[in-house]
This record gives sequence, structure tokens and C-alpha cells, in this order.
Amino acid sequence: MSRNKQNRLVSGGSRLLESDAVVSVLVVILGFLVGTLLVALVGRKPSNMYKAIFQAFSGYNIDNGKMNVRYIGETLNYSVPYILCGLSMGFAERVGLFNIGGEGQYIMGMTVAQVFALLGPQIPVFQWVACIVLAIVVGAIWGGIVGVLKAKYEVSEVVSTIMLNYISLYLSRIICFQLPGATTYKTANFPPTASLSNSFFQRITNDSTLNNGLFMMVLAVLVFWFVMEKTRLGYGMRATGFNKEAARASGIPVVKSITISMAISGAFAGLAGGIVALGSFKYGRIISGMDNYGFDGIAVALVGNCTAGGTMIAGFLFGLLKNAQALMQSKQIPKEITYIIQGLIVVFIALRSGLKLYQEWLEKKRLQKEVAIK
Amino acid sequence: MQGITKTFPGVVANDNVTLKVKEGEILALLGENGAGKSTLMSILFGAYSADSGTIRIHGKEVEIKNPNIATELKIGMVHQHFQLVQNYSVTENIVLGREPVNKWKVLDIPSAEKRVSQLIEQYGLRVDPKALIEDITVGMQQRVEILKVLYRNANIIIFDEPTAVLTPQEIDELMEIIRRLKTEGKTIVLITHKLKEIKAVADRCTVLRRGKVVDTVDVASVTEQQLAEMMVGRSVKFELDKSPCKIGTAVLRVQNVFINDIQGNPKVHDLSFEVHEGEILGIAGVDGNGQSELFYGLTGLCPVVSGKIILSGVDITNMSIRERIEQGLGHVPEDRQKHGLVSDFSISENCAIKNYYLPPLTKRFGLLDFPLMKKNAQTLIKQFDIRAGEGADTPAGSLSGGNQQKVIVAREISLSPKVLLVAQPTRGLDVGAIEYIRKRILDEREKGRAILLVSFELDEIMNLCDRIATISKGSIVGTYKQGEVTEREIGLMMAGSKKGDAQ
Repeated sequence: MSRNKQNRLVSGGSRLLESDAVVSVLVVILGFLVGTLLVALVGRKPSNMYKAIFQAFSGYNIDNGKMNVRYIGETLNYSVPYILCGLSMGFAERVGLFNIGGEGQYIMGMTVAQVFALLGPQIPVFQWVACIVLAIVVGAIWGGIVGVLKAKYEVSEVVSTIMLNYISLYLSRIICFQLPGATTYKTANFPPTASLSNSFFQRITNDSTLNNGLFMMVLAVLVFWFVMEKTRLGYGMRATGFNKEAARASGIPVVKSITISMAISGAFAGLAGGIVALGSFKYGRIISGMDNYGFDGIAVALVGNCTAGGTMIAGFLFGLLKNAQALMQSKQIPKEITYIIQGLIVVFIALRSGLKLYQEWLEKKRLQKEVAIK
Repeated sequence: MQGITKTFPGVVANDNVTLKVKEGEILALLGENGAGKSTLMSILFGAYSADSGTIRIHGKEVEIKNPNIATELKIGMVHQHFQLVQNYSVTENIVLGREPVNKWKVLDIPSAEKRVSQLIEQYGLRVDPKALIEDITVGMQQRVEILKVLYRNANIIIFDEPTAVLTPQEIDELMEIIRRLKTEGKTIVLITHKLKEIKAVADRCTVLRRGKVVDTVDVASVTEQQLAEMMVGRSVKFELDKSPCKIGTAVLRVQNVFINDIQGNPKVHDLSFEVHEGEILGIAGVDGNGQSELFYGLTGLCPVVSGKIILSGVDITNMSIRERIEQGLGHVPEDRQKHGLVSDFSISENCAIKNYYLPPLTKRFGLLDFPLMKKNAQTLIKQFDIRAGEGADTPAGSLSGGNQQKVIVAREISLSPKVLLVAQPTRGLDVGAIEYIRKRILDEREKGRAILLVSFELDEIMNLCDRIATISKGSIVGTYKQGEVTEREIGLMMAGSKKGDAQ
């Protein structure tokens, strides 16, 4: 009886471990545990870290009992580019591609949004919508180039995306230096017609930078889910991602799948660039380095298992940690701990195969017992 | 050597198996694919370690941790897949890992050649010790594998499915070699699922089923039928009921086709044939003679260099894979895992993989009708008796080989193609699934479908086909109606000689 129960427990446990979502949650918890340990090791109070995170999450300051909803707004706003870049990585990953070019696609989206915001006609609503659409289109083209190179000429997408990241960075600088009012690091201020700000959000979140980008992010998550899970396009892409040869043998146009998926992937990152440019800043930036949202997106997608919902939750987590950084510093916690936690989470996710080995070992033990009993 | 008890968990490959081999006998180890034959022998050879059980040789308990220890104990194994260096000579391959050196520690090939020649003489294994591996036939390569084992002074020799890659003539020669080895005092374990070979050479036979020993019998006292029943666990039918062939018009015409492999080496050479409605055309031949490339060319996986492929009047030579499928080309691929199925997809998604983009599976705005997909799959699961734990939602990868093949065959038949290309439909399947798949293929023929079958199993070709074309080095050597040609003649053609030449 007790053996039966134990067996059931073991098999129940291993079945739980088979679920990718459960693994992700476990991995995140593990990452935080190690992070906590590190904070304690350097002689700071781990509770302060959690207080900072809690405040970034709920706006409530445990130490003085004050509530400020602006933190919630900022956390959400920080999450938007993480989630979108996560979707970018995740979409390509589902088709069997590794898109390290999210950063470049993000920069191109940002650049074109800035250009149109400063040079385009200042028509209310139209201007920011056009900026965003252009950012999406340019991101899609930037990703699509990689797709065509990969599908037609078998150029590794890893190499071409990394190269394109640098091209985008310097291209962006060249272009933005030509914009009105350009100094070494910024351009003139955007006209109000190009701003994504949403007065309703500002009112309810105590003047946070939360903006219309939130809607676009939610829409993007829905589009990801819908295209991937519900349409014939997504079916062909998933088949290509799981088994390219079988997909090809079954008549699925693999070349088309790869090109389109890279374009869609780039579109998500381009959108992120547009939203950050017009939503979080009042002027155009002439960037001297990368924002790293594109790279962090890889981690977000990994934690979110490349699904729409999972990536959204993982992106929130990353946004939360980013927003908590300043609060941590004010509580004598080094903000770098958030990077360490993020890094740990990614490492643990990569160790998933190790977990699989453990599962197999459990299964083997169980069988051995069964045989011995007989 | 007496008393091997083994259990090997993981998927209980060997469940408390006891195997006794007497000195100087030929013991056959019979079982279906997955019955645990190879696992058991790998344990004996030190490739795997067992979880419990002991091995005793001449009454002395031994622990075989790796193949080197097995070699020291004079146990040798002739692997199913040869482990030879292509551009080394026969002798070099034989001594590899045990190279003889002279007093200055310099490699001494001449003395090795002398020793190898002695072995060749002693056991009647005709090979040229100086020839390069890439220049000799598969049958000869196998003899090199045997010589490798003999060179290491093995007394117990394990043959793992040795006849899988041989022509009937080469099989006969191998049987002769095995008998010779026995008269020279060697002990032989022959792993196989072919009953004929057991009847031909073995003294005793141990039958394994699902990791357990069913029985050990004297081969002389049982019939092939009885052995088969022991192996499968129920009665089996050898001969298929086949109605006479009602040939219709030619559906698939292949005209002077040349096809290269991925590296650009010519593999199919000026090939022409026709497949008619209501017939099964079989392509017999030894693995690697252009069969795979021919199918890649027909299905569009690989471009055709020149020549024409015409499917019921339409030239499909340069069409995309999808266009060919739309024209009515069905394909049961040789490699299920690679080309046949997406193992992470459910059965339902796999069944739809060739027509998902068409109505009614695709509705307006490119939306897929998943409930309909599932319903279709459920019908096929019932029709084709596919055993799946979670019904249509079962991931294809978690099915057994036989059920995976059933999914593929079900899908292809449900698309009602004009021509069905079938490659190696029963490879690696258990007897039950083999019977079922063959019956389904015959059913399709009854319905007037044109079927092209490639198989390396001559039995399968002889049993199923109405016409048999034999392929050798990318060319068809001869095409004959069933009954006009014997297995021996096909065997000769497989080796490249025309039927007339043989007589």
C-alpha cells in the first residue's frame, strides 16, 4: 500500500516535471533562492530585496505603509519591450530558428519611429500610429532579410542576425545624427502628436510613463497565440520547427515558413523599438550602445517556453526586476543582484536536460524495483 | 560456457533471462524487433552493463565491463552495421587496435598480412587481404568483420542480424562460413528474426519475447511455423491471400531518369518503368543501390537531373512536393522518423499534415478546424486499429513503431492517391504490424491503386508484388512478372548480372 502510494508520488512528480510550465516556475524559484543566499552572503538583508520587489509589484511600501501606484505603471511599462522581444525570439524559436537579431530589429524599429516622429506630418493619432506601423514594417524587413538568407542560401541565422545587430546600431546613429536638433546623444523633442502617452493611464497610475504601448503589447501576445496555434500558417511553421524534413516531405513550403516567421519575429522586435522610442522618451535618442532588450528577450522566451502566455508572464517578471532595481539600491541591496537572478534563471533553464536525466534515473529505479519484486 | 542470468531495466529489455550456450554449438537467438536480443548480446559483449545477473564462462563467473574485457575472454561480435575504415586495406582494418609491431616498435603490416592469410585459408573466407574496403562487396566486408573477430582469437562469436544486408547468394555463403566455423570448434550465437536461417544452420534456438525467454528448443524437432508462433505468441499466417492481378492503364511513367545524391554522386542511372492501376511493382535490390534516391526524385525531395516523371498524363518532373501530392502522389517514406511524422505533433495533426491548408480543414481567414481534424483522425484510428493511449491527441513520438507506421499508411490511404509509393513499409515492425500493413497494401491494390514498393526484404517483394524489377547500381537489371522469376535469379540480378547470364 505504502509502496503503491510512493510509486504514485514518484510518477506524479515526474509527470509534473514533464510540464514545461512547472519547470519554468521551479527554475524561477530556484533563481530567487540562490539570489537570496547571495544577498545574505554579502551581509545585506534579503528581506529588503523582497520588499523592493513587492513594492515594484504592488506599489505598497512595507516599511512606511505608503502606497504609490506609479510603481505598478512603471513595472508594466518596463515589461512591454521585454515581452515583445520575448515574443520575437519565441516566434522564431517555434519554427526552429534562433533569432539573436532581436536587438537589431528593435533598433531599426526605434530609429524609424524617431525619424517619422520628427519629420512626419504632425497629425494627431495618425502620426504615432504611422510611427508604430513603420517600426513594425522595418522590423519585419530587418528580420525578413535574415529569413531569406537562411531559406534561400542557407546562411546561418545566428551569424547574420549578429552581424545585422551591429549594422543596425551604426546605421541608427548615422540616420539620427541627421535629425533636427541632433547633439551627441539626443535629437529635438518629439511633437505631442507622436507621443504614445495615455492620459487615462497617467491619471490612474499617478503619472507613470505607462502608455498606449500596453495595448499594442497585449494585441501582439494575442496575435502570436492566434497565428501560432490557430491558423494554417502557424501549423506549417510549427511543423517546420519540430521536424523540418518531415514538413518538407509533406509538402509544407518550408522556405516560405522560415522567411515569414523571421519577418513576423522581426515585427515584434520592431514594435518594441517603436514603443520604447515614443513611449518612454520625450526626444529621439542617438544611441551609443545597445539597450539589450533584444538579448534579454532571448531569456524571456526561454523562461516562457516560447508560448504567448508564458512569454508574457516571464516578461512581466523581467520588467518587475528592472523596476525594482532603483528601489533595491535605496535599501542598500546592489541592483546587480537582479541581473544575477536573471542569469541564474537562464542557466537553470538550460539545465533542463539535466532534469530530464534525473527523471530517467527515477524511472529506471522504479522499473528496477518492479523487476526485483517479481 | 553455461548459465547467463540477466535483468536489464530501463524498459525491462531483458527480464530475468537465462541463456545457456554449449561449447561448439550454433545457438540461434530468435525474437521480434524489440524482444531484447541485441540488448542481451550487448551485455555479453560488454557494451551495456546489466543491473543484475551473472555471466559464467566454463563455470567461472566473469564481469564484462567493456568490449576489451569481452575480447580478452575470447568473445567476439560481428555487428549488424560494419565498423570498418573505408580507405584502409582489409588487413589494416583487421589489425586495427591490435597492430603488430616489430622490434623497433614500427608497424609490421607484412607479418599481419601473413597471419590474416592463414586465417583466410583456415576458415575458407575468400577476401584479398590487400584490397581496400571501399573496393569490395558487402558480403566480403562482412567476412572482414568475421576475420577481425578471429584475429582476436575469439572462441564465442556473436552474429547480430548478419543477413540483413546480403543477397540470397551471399546469405548461402555466410551460412557455409558459419558451419565451417563450427567445425573448427567455435561456439556461435546467431541473432536473427529470420526462421529460414535458423533452420539452415542452428542446432538449438532460444526464443525471446518481450524480454523474456519463451523456450529453448532443438531446431531439428520444430517447424518454422512453430518457431514463428513461439516468437509472436500466437498463430501467424505466412502466405498472403492475393487475388489475381487486374492490370489497368499505366498511371506512373518514369522515363530515362537520372538522379544524384546530395553530394552530387550519380545514384540512379537511366531508369525507366511504368506502374499500372491495380498492380504492385516491386523494386528488389540490396540497400544502397539507388532505391532511396529514386524515391526522393519521385517525391520531389531531391531534384531529378534529367528524364521525365509522368503521373496520369501530367509531367510532374519539376513540380514542388506539394504540387505532386495534389496531383495524387502518395508516399510512405523509408524513414518514418525523418520524413514520415512530426513526432511532437499529435496523431490528429500528423494525419492532417498533407491537406491541412485546404478546405474543409482550413476555414475562412486561414483558420484551422481542429475539431474536424480530430474527428478525421479518430475515424482513421478506428479504421486502422491504431493503438494510442490518448486517442487522437497522443503525440506521434510516443507510439510504437508499428502504430507510427499505421498512422502514416492511414494518412496516405485516406488521401486516396493515384499512385502510392511505399518504401520499406515493414522495416523494424513486429510480426503483427507487418501482417497488417501488408494486408492494407494489398487492399489498396484490390481497389485499383497503382503501387510502387521498395523493399530490401526479398520475401516481402516475392509475396506482395505482381511484377518485380531488380535494381543494381542505380539501373534496373530486369523486370519480370511474379512467378516467372525465382528468388535465386533475383539474387543474381541484385549482384548485377542479367537473368540470361546466370544460366
